[in-house]
Amino acid sequence: MQSELIINGVYVLCAALFILGLKLLSHPSTARKGNLLSALGMLLAICVTLIGQNILRYEWIAASLLAGSTVGLIIAKKVQLTSMPELVSLLNGIGGLASLVVSFVMLITVPLPAFITAILLIAIAIGGVTFTGSLVAWAKLSGNMSMLIKTKAMVFKGQALINSLLVLVIVGLGVAIGITPDVHMNTYIFVALCLLLGIMMVIPIGGADMPVVISLLNSYSGLAACAAGIALNNNLLIVAGALVGASGIILTSIMCKAMNRSLSNVLFSGFQAVSGDTIKIEGEVKAISCEDAYYMLEAAQSVLVIPGYGMAVAQAQHAMKELQSLLEENDAEVVYGIHPVAGRMPGHMNVLLAEADVPYELLLEMDEVNPRMENYDIAIVIGANDVVNPAAREIKGSPIYGMPIINADLAKNVFIMKRSMASGFAGIDNPLFFKDNTRMIFGDAKESLNHIIRQFSDD
Amino acid sequence: MTVIYLLMILVLAIFLGFELIRKVPATLHTPLMSGANAISGITLVGAFAFAGSESNLISQILGAFAVFLAAINVVGGYVVTDRMLGMFKAKGERNAK
Repeated sequence: MQSELIINGVYVLCAALFILGLKLLSHPSTARKGNLLSALGMLLAICVTLIGQNILRYEWIAASLLAGSTVGLIIAKKVQLTSMPELVSLLNGIGGLASLVVSFVMLITVPLPAFITAILLIAIAIGGVTFTGSLVAWAKLSGNMSMLIKTKAMVFKGQALINSLLVLVIVGLGVAIGITPDVHMNTYIFVALCLLLGIMMVIPIGGADMPVVISLLNSYSGLAACAAGIALNNNLLIVAGALVGASGIILTSIMCKAMNRSLSNVLFSGFQAVSGDTIKIEGEVKAISCEDAYYMLEAAQSVLVIPGYGMAVAQAQHAMKELQSLLEENDAEVVYGIHPVAGRMPGHMNVLLAEADVPYELLLEMDEVNPRMENYDIAIVIGANDVVNPAAREIKGSPIYGMPIINADLAKNVFIMKRSMASGFAGIDNPLFFKDNTRMIFGDAKESLNHIIRQFSDD
Repeated sequence: MTVIYLLMILVLAIFLGFELIRKVPATLHTPLMSGANAISGITLVGAFAFAGSESNLISQILGAFAVFLAAINVVGGYVVTDRMLGMFKAKGERNAK
């Protein structure tokens, strides 16, 4: 009893540290301290739990703790920052699986009242969907499994029907397990079907919608821990899980708003086929050489950079930072305008630019750059497409109509760094490329930037 | 009664979470997510009771497996978040590297 009291007392402190950690995350200058506080809370929670009386043997714990920490450390040190979306979705999946396993063990080894059984089944369901859903998301992001799982939306006939049936069977099995908990076969099938559901849910979602999916799965991994916490009667699990769940839900809603789509639209429909090709974009595409781009940049007073997923692919962030320094030496002002869904996860571009040593004060949000768009002499669009597509503002029939965009077309001049004329992930033509003030710089973004940088040093 | 008390904690924690996360700037959304990954590794604490039990082998093995998974999340999540946050620098700081 004594140790129980101490443990729960320390848990209060741990919860406070988690909360304080999140609070300090509200500014880049204090965020690192916040993360350390949160880690301290976790360390405390782990240590104090180990003194509990229900823990009788330590060899299994020690071995698995050591192995897990080593793997975690290696991953965290080795991972490239460009692959953060992959890492986060893997970690989401591992978190979901951990909650699933804990709930599963409890369900098959301990006799439980019906209510706790129900909670555990919920934890297993969420954990299972999170696990396989995250694996599919990871495969889509990394392209590692492109033979099996395509990055673009995979839709087939009767998908909705199959998924609804799957959910019905899962619920039915859950009820059966509640009534006769001794039949373990039902539990195994239940787990298997939840895992299948996770795959089915993420497969129809395309690459450009990944920010929403990752945020949602992030939230699920917290909710699974939360449900496990209710069943285990553990306050700390509930608080920590709820914080993570809330975080994921908020990010999901921010991402959905930034695409002007509802969550159900993202999850269930994918982009609708463009309705009729009545929208014809008039005008011609004007290319510009890196030399001419250099002359215009040299004369510019203020430059706005709009990065997108293409910048991550081309690894162009360091070259961009170099160009930024040159432009600043040339007395021009350089800022970055970052759309909430640029990249493959929330904040993706910010991390890449931070890695390239761009100060965070220069990373502006969409709402900060749009009102003063007319004042920018040049807007450089690097590997972004849909987030600067004026069709969202002008063409009523467009699938992205109504989506908030960075109004790059209103800048005095627009440079677009692009490999080819291929359309963005939404598969929509971009009228921005045809505007009078737009110039295309074709080729690999990194090479083009380096070419322009060389022009500066030649002078 | 315990259930009501647990639900109370749950509801309060969710509302607190909403208030806290709303204040996180867009710039820090990626570290926020990896930090959240680390926090969701809290399942570790629940897994200890099974991994450390003496009752049966199944719960020891599965418990240990859950400890292993959650530990990846905790350590991986916090370390990578710290690595990322270390790169966010203000204007004055960047030459100090």
